[in-house]
Amino acid sequence: MAKQTVLKVSEGRTEETLKVFLRSLLEKGVIHSLLIPKRLPSGDGFVQSLIHSPDKMDGTSVLSMTMPVQSARIASNLSIKNLHKRVGAVLKACEIRAIVELTKFLQVKLDNLILIGVDCPGTFEVSDFAKMVLEGKDGERLTQEILKNMEKGEPASPQGYAFRTACQICEYPIPAADIHIKLFGYRAEEAIGLEIGEKLEKELEEKGISFSSEDQLPSRKDVVDKVVAERSKKRDLAFQEFRSVVKDLPSFLDRFSTCIRCHNCMVACPICYCKECVFRTAVFEHEGDQFLRWADRKGGIRMPTDTLIFHLIRMSHMVTSCIGCGLCDSACPSRLPVATLFRSVGDKIQKMFHYVPGRDVQEVPPVATFREDELKIESGAL
Amino acid sequence: MADFEPRIVAFLCHWCTYTGADLAGTTRQQYPPNIRVIHLMCSGAVDSIYILKALIDGADGVLIGGCHPGDCHYQTGNYKARRRVAILKGILTQMGFTDDRIWLRWISASEGKLFADTVTRMTEELRKMGPNPMKQLWNA
Repeated sequence: MAKQTVLKVSEGRTEETLKVFLRSLLEKGVIHSLLIPKRLPSGDGFVQSLIHSPDKMDGTSVLSMTMPVQSARIASNLSIKNLHKRVGAVLKACEIRAIVELTKFLQVKLDNLILIGVDCPGTFEVSDFAKMVLEGKDGERLTQEILKNMEKGEPASPQGYAFRTACQICEYPIPAADIHIKLFGYRAEEAIGLEIGEKLEKELEEKGISFSSEDQLPSRKDVVDKVVAERSKKRDLAFQEFRSVVKDLPSFLDRFSTCIRCHNCMVACPICYCKECVFRTAVFEHEGDQFLRWADRKGGIRMPTDTLIFHLIRMSHMVTSCIGCGLCDSACPSRLPVATLFRSVGDKIQKMFHYVPGRDVQEVPPVATFREDELKIESGAL
Repeated sequence: MADFEPRIVAFLCHWCTYTGADLAGTTRQQYPPNIRVIHLMCSGAVDSIYILKALIDGADGVLIGGCHPGDCHYQTGNYKARRRVAILKGILTQMGFTDDRIWLRWISASEGKLFADTVTRMTEELRKMGPNPMKQLWNA
């Protein structure tokens, strides 16, 4: 059983209290290093940082308001080859869900990773956040504001800004982690919830990291349910809207006509892990004459080619495991709704196999398993 | 449309359907010449990219032939092919491409007649459907 506790916040400084707790993990040797977002010196953004020395915790932020990279990729880099000491990683819910998927594909080893998940109010586009800071909506004050509103499950973006689309429609704000920092339903200036998983419960006690009390606020469930319900509603609306725009392949190609084939969505995607991607092989380096044959057959072709096959193949490879972090959206220079595409299509495909990506490392991804008595040819699925 | 002849690209597994196609030939089964066969070791080796590339680049239909469930030479290749095809067809349906142009069929080495019948039926169905619209998309 996981241990439910409460972390008392001193002088209303929530982030500081959390930092003291995380620092104690470093100081007491629970972890060798800590992966945590750190505020840029300019203050207008965050980057992930790997911190070993407790006195380098200055400027780190448990509740960073942007997600410049999917930390599942960092977790993969860190853990896949020879990670002999424990690393704690402060992560958003979608980053943990991506880690769960990558673990199934043997791209992350969880042995020496301690996942520290934080309730997620949503994140802002990196450029939006920088602009907010420039306009004086200072990062720290903004964080305070959002923390305050999380008590009632109503994290709001400042006037004129919005959370990333993927965050607005994300129905998984609560992470499943070894250490879970709970913010929804808590008055963050007084106390926040902590759940210590079995992996660490005893060890923390032995190493003298103790907590004030053991209780759970009864109102939290309602607050979380409300957030999930609101986001699910938005998600369904987004799907509906998208499906009304993309009715067939021509309307899809119209909507995606500004795709410049940069492959950024693929590079940003935590699920696209192949070391050698087919789109970067000679398969897509066509001969000059091939282009002419296409142009000849169709009368004329759009250049560069291969938009449709790129998106369809990428989908067929990753859509069962798409966890909806939306970093593909953020990475798209043409601002195409790639995340909504993958989520909307993925939703139905995942349901076909009753699969929820990122839910549990014990589950096998649909592409790696089968059932003998499914998908009969007569069923029309084939 | 009278002169439209559908073009089928077929990915056949070595152990069952390819051998079944061979049997169709040696036993002089008649079937339409609309099919172009690509010989693979297993239907499980068919990636969705093969299917899509064929459909985008000129095929009107794609036939994937594998061993009957339980008979795969590699134990489970055909079951995996089945999921992969179902996922691809699911995606295409979501994208509004609902034509039944991708056929996965189980045809064993002894079923030469079934192979000939399948190709005949598929050719007829595709002829009814007309040319594959995907191959004509200028901006694909």
